[in-house]
Amino acid sequence: MCGIVGLFLKDKSLEPQLGALLTDMLITMTDRGPDSAGIAIYGAEQDGLAKLTIQSDAPDDDFATLAADLSTALGVSVDLHRKDSHAVVILPAGQAAAARAVIAGRPGQIRVMSDGNAIEIYKEVGLPQDVAARFALSKMAGTHGIGHTRMATESAVTTQGAHPFSTGPDQCLVHNGSLSNHNNLRRKLRRDGVRIESENDTEVGAAYLTWKMQNGATLGEALEASLTDLDGFFTFVVGTKEGFGVVRDPIACKPAVLAETDQYVAFGSEYRAMVGLPGIEAARVWEPEPATVYFWSH
Amino acid sequence: MSTSDKEAPRTAPIQSATFTNPVNAEIRRAAATGIYDIRGGGAKRKVPHFDDLLFLGASISRYPLEGYRERCDTSVTLGTRFAKNPITLDIPITIAGMSFGALSAQAKEALGRGASAAGTSTTTGDGGMTPEERGHSTKLVYQYLPSRYGMNPDDLRRADAIEIVVGQGAKPGGGGMLLGQKISDRVAEMRTLPKGIDQRSACRHPDWTGPDDLEIKILELREITGWRVPIYVKVAGSRPYFDTALAVKAGADVVVLDGMQGGTAATQDVFIENVGLPTLACIRPAVRALQDLGMHREVQLVVSGGIRTGADVAKALALGADAVSIGTAALVALGDNDPKWEAEYQALGTTTGAYDDWHEGRDPAGITTQDPLLASRLDPIEGGRRLRNYLKVMTLEAQTIARACGHNHLHNLEPEDLCALTVEAAAMAQVPLAGTEWYPGKPGGGY
Amino acid sequence: MQQIDLATTPLREMNETLQAQTGADNQTAWEILNPRGSHAVACGLDAPIEVTVRGHTGYYCAGMNKQAAIHVTGSVGPGVAENMMSGTVVIDGDASQYAGATGRGGLLVIKGNASSRCGISMKGIDIVVHGNIGHMSAFMAQVGNLVVCGDAGEALGDSLYEARLFVRGSVKSLGSDCIEKEMRPEHLAILADLLERAGSDAKPEEFRRYGSARKLYTFDIDNAAAY
Repeated sequence: MCGIVGLFLKDKSLEPQLGALLTDMLITMTDRGPDSAGIAIYGAEQDGLAKLTIQSDAPDDDFATLAADLSTALGVSVDLHRKDSHAVVILPAGQAAAARAVIAGRPGQIRVMSDGNAIEIYKEVGLPQDVAARFALSKMAGTHGIGHTRMATESAVTTQGAHPFSTGPDQCLVHNGSLSNHNNLRRKLRRDGVRIESENDTEVGAAYLTWKMQNGATLGEALEASLTDLDGFFTFVVGTKEGFGVVRDPIACKPAVLAETDQYVAFGSEYRAMVGLPGIEAARVWEPEPATVYFWSH
Repeated sequence: MSTSDKEAPRTAPIQSATFTNPVNAEIRRAAATGIYDIRGGGAKRKVPHFDDLLFLGASISRYPLEGYRERCDTSVTLGTRFAKNPITLDIPITIAGMSFGALSAQAKEALGRGASAAGTSTTTGDGGMTPEERGHSTKLVYQYLPSRYGMNPDDLRRADAIEIVVGQGAKPGGGGMLLGQKISDRVAEMRTLPKGIDQRSACRHPDWTGPDDLEIKILELREITGWRVPIYVKVAGSRPYFDTALAVKAGADVVVLDGMQGGTAATQDVFIENVGLPTLACIRPAVRALQDLGMHREVQLVVSGGIRTGADVAKALALGADAVSIGTAALVALGDNDPKWEAEYQALGTTTGAYDDWHEGRDPAGITTQDPLLASRLDPIEGGRRLRNYLKVMTLEAQTIARACGHNHLHNLEPEDLCALTVEAAAMAQVPLAGTEWYPGKPGGGY
Repeated sequence: MQQIDLATTPLREMNETLQAQTGADNQTAWEILNPRGSHAVACGLDAPIEVTVRGHTGYYCAGMNKQAAIHVTGSVGPGVAENMMSGTVVIDGDASQYAGATGRGGLLVIKGNASSRCGISMKGIDIVVHGNIGHMSAFMAQVGNLVVCGDAGEALGDSLYEARLFVRGSVKSLGSDCIEKEMRPEHLAILADLLERAGSDAKPEEFRRYGSARKLYTFDIDNAAAY
C-alpha cells in the first residue's frame, strides 16, 4: 500500500532537474507511505562502463576496501562513490556479474540494489523527506526515474522491503496494492532458481518479470503475462534503460494518474503528486485502463 | 455344532466420523434445493475459547481486594487519540452493530434502552440509524459500511462515534445477503431497495481499497464531523497483527476486532464455520501490533466474538483489550432462543438454542424479524431492563475476578493473571499452561 | 465573493468556514484557490451557497454535499460527491474512480470523462457525464439516473437494481443482470431535463437505455454464475 511517482522526460533541458522534480513528487506522497521510500533514477550512460548500486547497514566497514578488493579480484579498475548507506560502484561493462559474485562472497551485509549502465537505486526506511535528504536525491540529474513511498502491509518495514525492486540489468519495479498469490509464486520461482530475498509480495512481482524475461519474453510480454499469473490488486510501474511502463490489474482499484505534456510523461498515485511539475495545468491527465500495458521510451 | 447364520455375531453399525448424520443431511439438503445454507449467528464449531483460560487469583504473594467495599473501577474512555469528544463508558462492554432490518425496531430500541441504562454504547448496523434507536441511546456508534444503506451526513453528525466496518468475524472478506422475506416497506425505504427482493451487500467499500485510501476516507469523515467524534475501524479476525497496525497507520482512534464466533444477520454457513480466527487467537497479535507502534492504550482495542460472561470480559481485558462488545449474548438476554418458544421452534424444524434462521424473519421471540405481529412480542422497555440487568451482572462478575486478582480497575488485569487449560489455548493466548511456565512459541524456549 | 486560499489556509479551517454557512446572509458565493490536489475539499456542506474551486482536487471533493452548488474548474480525484444528498456539483475536467458513489440525491455533472466505477451503488443521485465512463460503472446501482454522452467501459451496470442508465455512445460490455431496455417517452423526458440542466446539447433520441433484468432479485441456483 503505497504512493508511486514516476517522471519520464522528453525535453532534455529538464534533465538536470529530474531529481528535484521527483523528490517533490515523492514527498507529496508521504501520507500514502510513511514507512520507507526509494527512488530509481536513470542517469547518463558512460561508454564501456557499468554500475552497481549497493547498500549496507554498516557502510563504514563494508565499503572501506571494497573498490580495491574488487579491483584486485577482477583485475580491472573500479571506482566507488559512497552516498550515506549506499554506494555506486563503477566498473567496466561486462563485469557486473563477476562483481556480484565477489560481493556475495565477502563478509558483511552488502546488498546489491541494482546493476546496469544507467540505473541507480536508493531506498531506506524512514519518511520520504528524510530518505531524499540522506541521498541528496534532489541534486541528481537523469532522463527518467521512479519513486515509491511504502505503507507496509504484511512484510517487515526494512530496507529490503522498500521499493523499487531491481528486476534485472537497468530494470526496476514499484508496486501499489497487495498480491494474493505471492507465497505460492515465490516457492515456484525459487524452485526454478530465481533469487528472492524477502517475504515481500512486490519482490515476487519483480522476480516474476525477471524470470519471464530471462525465458525470452520482452518486458511488454512479461507485463501482459503478469495479468494472468499474478493474483490480487496491483498497479505496477516499471523502469528500463529506455523508459518506463505502467500496468494495473483487471480490477484496477488502486489509484493511478498519468499526465503528459510535450516535455514529459508523469505518473502519480494521486494527481497532487504532480502539481509542482512545469506546465501541469495544461497537461493531458488521465487514468490508465485496467489490464492494459502502457510504455514510453526514448 | 454349528451356529446358524442368523445367530452369527454381526459387525455393530459404525457411524462415520467424517460422514456424520448432520453432514449427510446437509448433502441431501443441498442436492434437493440447489442453494447453499444461509443462516445467522457465528461459528458453532468448538474452537479454543476463553473457557480454556483460568485466573490465578491472589493469596500470599498478591493481596486481593475486599468485594463490594474496596473499589474496582470499570470505566473506559474510547477515542482519545484524535477526537475532540472521546466516549467515556461506565463499563467496558458495548453493544455491537446490528442493523434495523436484521432486527425489529423494538429490538433495536431495547438495545438502546438497556445499553444506556448500563452506561454504555450501542451501535447501528447495515441499514442506517432509526430515530427510535438514536432517541433511546445515550451513546450511539454509527456504522459506516460497504453498502452505505441510509448513510447521510445528518446522522453522521448525530452519532457519538463512527465505526468504519471493514469486516465481520463471521465472514472476513465477505459481503452479505438479506433474503427478500425481511425487506419490509420500512426496511426497503431505508435502504432504497424494492420491497421483497434479496439484498446483496458488497464485500468491499465502494470508494476506497487498502490502508492508503482508508487514511484519506478517515480524513473526509473527520472533516465532515469536525474532528469531534472518534473513528473506529472494525476488522474481522483474520490477520490481526497486520490489520490492527494498518488501521492505526490509517488514523483510527479505536480498533474493533471481531473473532469468528461473532455473529452476523445472514451469510453462508460454510463461510461462518470455515473462515476466520477464533477470538482467543486474535487478541495477542493485535495487542502486539499496538505495542510495536507504541499505541497500546492510545488507540483502544475492542474485542468481540463469543463474549458471554464477566469472566470472558475479564479474560479479554487481561489479554490486552480495552473493552469488549457483545451481539449474540445481548439478543439472548432479550429473549432469543428462549425455551418458552420451544413449540414454535419445533414447528420451524429446529429447537431452543439452535435457532439461527435469523434471515427468514420468522423469529418466535420477535427479535430478528420485521413481522409486526412477531415483533410485538418483544416489549422494548422490558427488553431494555433485561439487557441492563445482564450487563450489570457481567460487570459485577468481572469486578469480582479483578478484585480477587488484586486489581482496583479492570484495566489493570494482565496476561500474568491467567493460565491455560490446554496447549492450544496456551499457544493462542500466550499464557502458560496451568502449573507450568511454558506456552508454545514462548521466546527463549521454556522447558 | 469570499475567497479562501488553500496555500495559506488549512483544510480544516476552510471546511469549517464553509460548513458554518447557512445561506441566510449575503455571503453565498465562495471561491477556493490553490486546492492542488487536496482531499476532502468542500465536503459536508449543508447550505444553499455557491462554491467555486479553482484547480484540481484529490479524493472526496464535495463529499456528502447537501444543498450547495459546487463547481470545480479542474479535475477531481476519486469519490467526488460521494454520498451526495442534494445540490449540484459540476466538474469542468475529468473525474477519477467512484464519482458520485452511493449518492442519494442532487445532480453531479462531469464535463470531461469519468473513470471506473462511476455511480457505484448510487441511491438516487443523477449523474451526467459529457465524456466517457470507465469500467464497472453503476455497479449495484440502486436508484437514480446515470447519463453518459460518450462511451461506457466494461461491465456497465453489473448487479444493477433500479437505477436507469442512458448511454449515447458505445458500451464495451454489459455487466451481470444489466440489459438494454426500451426507451419510452417518460425516459426521453427525464433525459431531456437532465441534459438541459447539465448544459449538454446532446439529443435524448441519440441515447440507449439500460436497466436491470431483475434476475438476481431472488436467489436462484440457475443464476449462480452471475453472482
